[in-house]
Amino acid sequence: MKFKTFFWFVAPSLFMMLLFIAAPLVSVFIQSFQVTQPVMQQIEVETCTPGFLTQTCTTELKTVPTIDEATGKVITTTAWVGLQSYQNVLQMDKVWAAIGSNNWGDILQIDFWKALRFTLMFTLVTLPLVIGVGLLIALAVNNAAKSLKGPVIFISLLPFIITPVIGSLSIYWLFVGDGILTATLERWSGQDIAMFAQAWTIELLMYFYRVWHVAPFAFVIFYAGLQTVNMDTLESAIIDGANRFERLRYVIVPHLMPLIIFIALIHLMDCYRTFEEIVGFRSQAHVISLQWLTYDLLVPDDAGNRAISRASASAMLTMIGIVVLLILPLRRTWRDHKRGAH
Amino acid sequence: MASKATAQPTSLKIASGAFLAFWCVLAAFPIVWIAVMSVKSPRDAFAASAWDVITGPATRAAGNGLSIIDIVVGLAFLFFAIRWGFTGLPKLVVALTPPGVIVLGWLVGAAVFALAFVLVFFGVLPPVLGGINAMLGGLGEPIIGLTTEHYTAVWGENQFYRNFINSMIVTAGVVTISLTVGTLAGYGLARSGSNLAFWLLILALVFRALPHSVLVAGYLPWFINSAELLRPIFGEISPTLYGQPWAVIAVLVAINQPFTIWMLRSFFQNIPAELDEAARVDGCSHFQAFRRVIMPVMWPGVITTGLFSFLLGYNDFLVTSLLLDAQNQTMVPAIAGYFNRETTTTDQVEAVAAAVSITAPLFLLVMVFQRQIVSGLTAGAVKG
Repeated sequence: MKFKTFFWFVAPSLFMMLLFIAAPLVSVFIQSFQVTQPVMQQIEVETCTPGFLTQTCTTELKTVPTIDEATGKVITTTAWVGLQSYQNVLQMDKVWAAIGSNNWGDILQIDFWKALRFTLMFTLVTLPLVIGVGLLIALAVNNAAKSLKGPVIFISLLPFIITPVIGSLSIYWLFVGDGILTATLERWSGQDIAMFAQAWTIELLMYFYRVWHVAPFAFVIFYAGLQTVNMDTLESAIIDGANRFERLRYVIVPHLMPLIIFIALIHLMDCYRTFEEIVGFRSQAHVISLQWLTYDLLVPDDAGNRAISRASASAMLTMIGIVVLLILPLRRTWRDHKRGAH
Repeated sequence: MASKATAQPTSLKIASGAFLAFWCVLAAFPIVWIAVMSVKSPRDAFAASAWDVITGPATRAAGNGLSIIDIVVGLAFLFFAIRWGFTGLPKLVVALTPPGVIVLGWLVGAAVFALAFVLVFFGVLPPVLGGINAMLGGLGEPIIGLTTEHYTAVWGENQFYRNFINSMIVTAGVVTISLTVGTLAGYGLARSGSNLAFWLLILALVFRALPHSVLVAGYLPWFINSAELLRPIFGEISPTLYGQPWAVIAVLVAINQPFTIWMLRSFFQNIPAELDEAARVDGCSHFQAFRRVIMPVMWPGVITTGLFSFLLGYNDFLVTSLLLDAQNQTMVPAIAGYFNRETTTTDQVEAVAAAVSITAPLFLLVMVFQRQIVSGLTAGAVKG
């Protein structure tokens, strides 16, 4: 295909991606070094309250935003502040103070580090679980009678296809104060249980939700992979005296290795931007993730202001994280590509 | 496979079967449970015993319930409606649609079927069965509590249908545009083996990994001020992009592009290149070859990719909640509005009913398109 034809085929898609993905990235990068604030002015306000005989009047200095006479809007200025916004997000002074006084736990009181800790741990804990559970389901379905496979796949797809916010809400409602599973657990243990009162129980539920939500995806892919296992290799393994576990370990898992890497890569990307769980479980007081941190800064506060520059700084830091996570897999792809070309 | 060596001991078979049964219960339970809760009065929905939640004594006491007759007739109607939907409806659609517009015929057919189903199931059956129950006496007594009051409250008083329409607009826009743009790019990428194509795909992979909040942080200041920024170019008609459904559609299409082009590329690679080469030999240009030769055979891949675009647009919370205002909010962010009001148990059950309303279309989607979803999931992984 000639370059020109190729260009016209991909042009619309490329245009969309450049305009709505690449350009915003540049914009976020610039915004993270700027702060836009309303221009404030001090005015003298005299307030009088009716009193006996004479009014009681007080004069005070008030700081109010300047309003443009012509448009009626608040005048704003944009100033370069360098790394100020990053400093506001990272709060390095507190971090060094915590390290200096050996109170490492204090670092996790700062929003960004709290979110980073949870996001990384969430990704690393759920990854092996998703692969393991997905593989188990795939093996079990492969074992099942043919007439059962269709319905089982149908049921398995439900947690995967459900809206993430709704999925986490459905689990939230099972465990909320008077939810059915909390009530059952309380009856069994004879204790008062509140699943959403401390961080670690919420985190456990989040791990459970994520595995429940993603394992079907891993299952479907592994199940397709199992159909292409080489029967001859499997039979020769049996002749060589390999038991069931050894066959799984040395024949089936190596065969599925490319799929495991694929799932791990996708899972890495998706888990790193975990967000819906925080909304569904309403856990912002206890557990937050990196993407939720940016989201929260973008939502208008009580005064209607959005902390755009701090959000941009936190977004850039989030992005640095994903680039670090992706460097290894991408280098691998590049090597494969070069090998393929020669 | 059935040789003696690979035959499994009974214990393993039982363990594997038990695990599968356990997984199925685990997978379906939360979804089934919220569906059950949504049709019960608040007292039953949050009752401490599971049996009370299922049978709903308080709901029954309030006079809302199903008798044996209701259950039997309702289930029978459901069964035949679904069976006809999978057997009779396809034939009817094929017979009545003029050739060439089969997709349109399916859309109309499905819409008419859904409308007729809702009318009969919720409009005709209840009064008829109510009459029968009254005549039968003892047999017509309700045995399971069931009430639709929460759905009426959500869809009627809370005007959830507005959110539904917004969701449909956004989703339909996302699916059509991302497929149109994506098929062209996917075809181009599949047929070009150049380094540039490879780098584009890698770039798309990196874009796919970006957290969406990073992008929204980039849009927000521009979208809010767009009327002033665009005035020099478009004059007085320049719009404020913030709160516009079509701006959100454009954003979601762009976010969805990386995934779409990867998936469509792998589908196009499975279409033999000899096909369009033959058309080129016969004197077609690349675009003509694409339109006349590739388009007729690409539909399975396009439908599968369309399903995943649908899911992205339908399930999105982050982008729509930040870029749309309250008047044209879609369904998923709208449910967050219930959190703030969720003070009484009635509010909670209404939120549950709204959640089930959002899930129902997805349930139908899996039912109809299970095969396509599975093939779409495996297309990227097994071949690529």
